[in-house]
Amino acid sequence: MVCIMVLIKQVAIFLGFWFAGELVAYLTQLPVPGSILAMLLLLAALELKFLKSEDIKQTANFLLNNMALFFIPAGVGLMCHYKLLKQEWLPISVAIVVSALLVLAVVGLIIERRKK
Amino acid sequence: MMELLNSPLVHVSLTLLVFIGAKKLQLRYRSPLLNPILLTILVMIAFLLSTNTPYRDYKENTSIISFWLAPSVIALGYALYNFLEEIKSDFKRILLAMISGSITGIVSVFLLAYALGASKATLVSLVPKSVTTPIAIEVSKEMGGIPSLTVAFVIVVGVFGAIFGQSFLKLIGVKKPKSVGLSLGACAHALGTASISEKGPDYSAFGGLGMALNGVLTAVMAPWLVKLLLFLFF
Repeated sequence: MVCIMVLIKQVAIFLGFWFAGELVAYLTQLPVPGSILAMLLLLAALELKFLKSEDIKQTANFLLNNMALFFIPAGVGLMCHYKLLKQEWLPISVAIVVSALLVLAVVGLIIERRKK
Repeated sequence: MMELLNSPLVHVSLTLLVFIGAKKLQLRYRSPLLNPILLTILVMIAFLLSTNTPYRDYKENTSIISFWLAPSVIALGYALYNFLEEIKSDFKRILLAMISGSITGIVSVFLLAYALGASKATLVSLVPKSVTTPIAIEVSKEMGGIPSLTVAFVIVVGVFGAIFGQSFLKLIGVKKPKSVGLSLGACAHALGTASISEKGPDYSAFGGLGMALNGVLTAVMAPWLVKLLLFLFF
């Protein structure tokens, strides 16, 4: 088991990067959310050796393994659009399904067909 | 009684319990239809409707859960770091695939929904469907869509990708962790990535990369593409 103080420190590192990302987004007015910028900042910090990957390992794995859970509150918001979804369910569902499969096929096949 | 049920304590613990139960069900029966995210969302909607609780209350009560969405997106930077060499060695192809994927997603969803008679607000809100929620909200706002509707679409795509993505990719012969991760990340953002994260760290790393690249590329390209599409069709 990891000592609780270590976990608190790791969480603090994540929150620090989050704030840095939000700050960059605010200052540059980029149309990219702070969390994505923070992800890139974390990657840069690891690559430039400002941060060792062991320093955030446990918390990073915990967050990655439970990502699905963190989505649920937003997903329940589906209930607010019941009327519109009922009215336009056909174009919406066909467009979503076909377009999603096309994206999967385009990206998947371009990467998979790589000559070694 | 109803007031007692409408509290952070009840909403958070119920969400956690249902999610754990749904995960156990999926482990036991191994059916992709028993997707824990979808099951939990449906059970919670049923609970809120039967207790007459507005979504606004649930959203506030469970903010302690959704708070961790951003940190988990940031954690993808850690997953990426572990595969940086592999990414660098193949960066051109990855970029080509991601740009093609992003344009395919934007144009195809617009044209299909247009052909089937969706309203203009729906069309524009559909465009950022494959993008991770925080980016999708920004893109939708910028193009004149309805952000909360976009969030609903983002979730639908994510759940669809999480349930059917892997089997579809297998069907068309896409098997490498790299191609599976990148395409699911590009198509179904964090939900797609989450659906393969248990298969190994390489899957989640490329899922994260696919999601990040698709998010940034769509944020940059969608406003222009949509302007062009709206000009052509309206």
